[in-house]
Amino acid sequence: MTLERNAVPAMAPGNDLLVADRVAKRFGGVQALSDVSFTIREREIYGLIGPNGAGKTSLFNVLTGIYPADGGMFTFAGHPLIGLKPHEVAGCGIARTFQNIRLFANLSALENVMVGRHVRTHATVFGAVFRTARTRDEERAIERRGYELLEYVGVDRRANDLAKHLAYGDQRRLEIARALATDPRLLALDEPAAGMNATETSGLRALLERIRGDGTTILLIEHDMKLVMSLCDRVLVLDYGRKIAEGPAAEVQKDEKVIAAYLGGNVEIDLKARQA
Amino acid sequence: MRALINVRHPAVAKIAVVAIAAALAAVPFVLADIGTAWVRITNLAILYVLLSLGLNIVVGFAGLLDLGYIAFYAVGAYTYALLASPHFGLHLPFWIILPIGALVACFFGVLLGTPTLKLRGDYLAIVTLGFGEIIRIFLNNLSLPVNITNGAMGIAGIDPFRFGTFSFATTQSIGSFTFTGPIKYYYLLLVVLLVVIVINLRLQDSRIGRAWEAIREDEIAARAMGINTRNMKLLAFAMGASFGGVAGGMFSAIQGFISPESFVLVESVNILAMVVLGGMGNIFGVILGALLLSFVPEVLRYTVGPVQRALFNRTLIDPEVIRMLLFGITLVAMMLFRPAGILPSALRKRELEGTRRGNGT
Amino acid sequence: MDIFLQQLVNGLTLGSVYAIVALGYTMVYGIIQLINFAHGEVVMIGAMVSLTVINTLVAAKTGLPPLVIVLAGVAAAIPVCMVVGYALERVAYRPLRRAPRLAPLITAIGLSIILQHVALIIWSRNPLSFPQIVEVVSYHVTSNPDGARITNVQVAIIGVSVAMMGGLLALIYRTKLGIAMRATSQSQEIAGLMGIDINQVIALTFAIGAGLAAVAGVMVGTYYGIATYQMGFLLGLKAFSAAVLGGIGNIGGAMLGGLLLGVIEALGAGYVGDLTNLCQLSGWSTAIAERCASDPNLTLFGSNYQDVFAFFVLIAVLVFRPSGLLGERVSDRA
Repeated sequence: MTLERNAVPAMAPGNDLLVADRVAKRFGGVQALSDVSFTIREREIYGLIGPNGAGKTSLFNVLTGIYPADGGMFTFAGHPLIGLKPHEVAGCGIARTFQNIRLFANLSALENVMVGRHVRTHATVFGAVFRTARTRDEERAIERRGYELLEYVGVDRRANDLAKHLAYGDQRRLEIARALATDPRLLALDEPAAGMNATETSGLRALLERIRGDGTTILLIEHDMKLVMSLCDRVLVLDYGRKIAEGPAAEVQKDEKVIAAYLGGNVEIDLKARQA
Repeated sequence: MRALINVRHPAVAKIAVVAIAAALAAVPFVLADIGTAWVRITNLAILYVLLSLGLNIVVGFAGLLDLGYIAFYAVGAYTYALLASPHFGLHLPFWIILPIGALVACFFGVLLGTPTLKLRGDYLAIVTLGFGEIIRIFLNNLSLPVNITNGAMGIAGIDPFRFGTFSFATTQSIGSFTFTGPIKYYYLLLVVLLVVIVINLRLQDSRIGRAWEAIREDEIAARAMGINTRNMKLLAFAMGASFGGVAGGMFSAIQGFISPESFVLVESVNILAMVVLGGMGNIFGVILGALLLSFVPEVLRYTVGPVQRALFNRTLIDPEVIRMLLFGITLVAMMLFRPAGILPSALRKRELEGTRRGNGT
Repeated sequence: MDIFLQQLVNGLTLGSVYAIVALGYTMVYGIIQLINFAHGEVVMIGAMVSLTVINTLVAAKTGLPPLVIVLAGVAAAIPVCMVVGYALERVAYRPLRRAPRLAPLITAIGLSIILQHVALIIWSRNPLSFPQIVEVVSYHVTSNPDGARITNVQVAIIGVSVAMMGGLLALIYRTKLGIAMRATSQSQEIAGLMGIDINQVIALTFAIGAGLAAVAGVMVGTYYGIATYQMGFLLGLKAFSAAVLGGIGNIGGAMLGGLLLGVIEALGAGYVGDLTNLCQLSGWSTAIAERCASDPNLTLFGSNYQDVFAFFVLIAVLVFRPSGLLGERVSDRA
């Protein structure tokens, strides 16, 4: 099954979807991000990597409106994302998952995904209390879509289990399903493969490829280099809040600055010989 | 109506509903035989159930700690009293005043909600507590320089519900049944309660209800999923407050007299205890909690006195004091041993409904 | 000016008491992120116990000097309150350390109710009064003989409070226990891993706070002359407001907040009546002028609204500057 998209129609693949222009953020004395510029194209799988503390999650948080940028800005599908609150960013079509899974623990898996439909539906208190025909139809549609998405990510067997009772891998998939429920143009995933073994990771790769194939652009923070290299079209590398490389995964992998950042300082060219 | 219980045998369910309805209808007459006060006590208990259901929206669904809920009850009660009593000489009919009371309470709910949206749990509790106390202090003091609320003396002679010549305060007989004022109010309260329960069930199972529960579980994630948490929280406060306002109006009419003493902090604590004891978020749990905490103290009051006199030949400790002591102990014990309440909300219908599509494929 | 000075004096005295009680709240919140609702009741117990002892000694006509009698009251109150404080922590708060915020809050309310009613059973509704054993001497603050005065009792209260605040600061910043307390409030887990017995540290925090509360109780009983089983609630709430005003978890903040709140309340009570006296508008309305001709008192918000000030301060602080004046010191629980 493919993802039917109810939101704004997608642009043709290849156009710029998200443009970051010199984004900066400081927290007290720490410059978490400085002068970060990059472009994500429609239907790309775009990776964001860097050593711990490089500012990757901070970038996510600024993008999704949790923190305001101290400089620069994001433009999404031509619209500047300035002064938007997180729920407005989600309304524009950017959905995210969290590094430390943030599911609604005491709601069932199905209900978690149904919550994701909130931003694309309209039932009001009036409709809820009086059970108008429109509201009832909408509720049915929400539930149907919920099951569809659970099936899509492979968690449909646990639809009525509480989210806190799901296995770790299922929880990560559920979070993706919930994010997909908001009909995003851009899906921003924060370390979706963290804690997964090889089998689960390859299952995740297949899922993400499918999501991209069905029309959603993906931005991905990851530490699992194998996954990043095999999945991502292009990669942005941050270190100490600055961009040190951007480009196709294979190129970035060989970039000296990137290697130095991960391994700290001057490194023997010897390593490159081993890789080749 | 959606099945709340797993209805495998519709015939049994229908019989059960009829039986329960009959039992509820007979209750006031049975109680009237035991003692006339018990019908009034039951009416008050139903009012507490209404209040608990209202607070349940704020605390149970949306997860907002409100320790000043009684303020909305007070607002509703005073709105009714000011518009239907000799105090200002106004005697508007109840079907006009009750919606006004709900709206006024709703307004105060938004007033309370707006500055408190960013506060974390403990602080929200304290601020709402302060709000409740401020309302009470104002009610107590707004007798000078202009007499609005008649201060500590309260407002008396409040009109009962009336339409046309039918008054809820008079006693009438139909056949061999005598319908006293309190008995008439009982049936009205049951109807109101039924409506409120249906509204709550529908809200819980709706887009709005899910948004509230999402906020309760993880506000940051809720925001990230596109929920306007600010508006949703205000909505929770407003809805909870309006239920309180309606209940307050009814309280005014039923009692005929109100004063700030009925709206003290301990009442807010009481209602919160009912919600928590029953099982926050679980509508039937909350109803159970409210009934328990309304009736048990009354039963105690009637037994503790005689028990003490039998054992010690006199009343050692005022039953009221014992009641409060037990209440405090119940609160502590509840939190130490069963914080999820009697009917925890985790036992939700979706878990009970093992037959839903998607399971067992 | 003299009214102002007098209210300032009164405010500082009241504020000193608030500060001492606020210290208890702030220490507990700083270390386990819990609003100890029952703290006000501990103050009440301190007041009741000390007044009982004092009255007993006076009635027994022991002939002891007043200072000794008062100290005896204090000496009796402190251990009782410390036991109560320790019991609260051990029985009710310790099991709930990891529970969601609602549980300890409701428990605290329950404990508050229990303590109040136990006190009611022990001491009945009749207020205990402070016997006339201390000779109140007032001193002039300025050279104006009709101006502001300060009494010896007020001096004692302020003095003792300052001494105790100093003592607490010394404890927190100069002793091993103090370091342990500060470490535990930063991170219980890590402090435990470093070999600190956090259970003991937390219990001691409660006990110290309770000891301070006992002294505060004696001061309140002495200053106002009476104590009842219900005095704890409002006092506790105001002291908590003071703690928040200064910055919860921040010792210096509690002191500053307490003094500030006391002054605000005293000035407010003194002036709000005058400020909101509608008779000032007599020039604008003949109706008001007529009414004020016979009675120049048409106050909108009189001193009977005094208690509301603390609530307003609390709400204002929490809404506009939740970290308080000096900044809060709590570990990040988010």
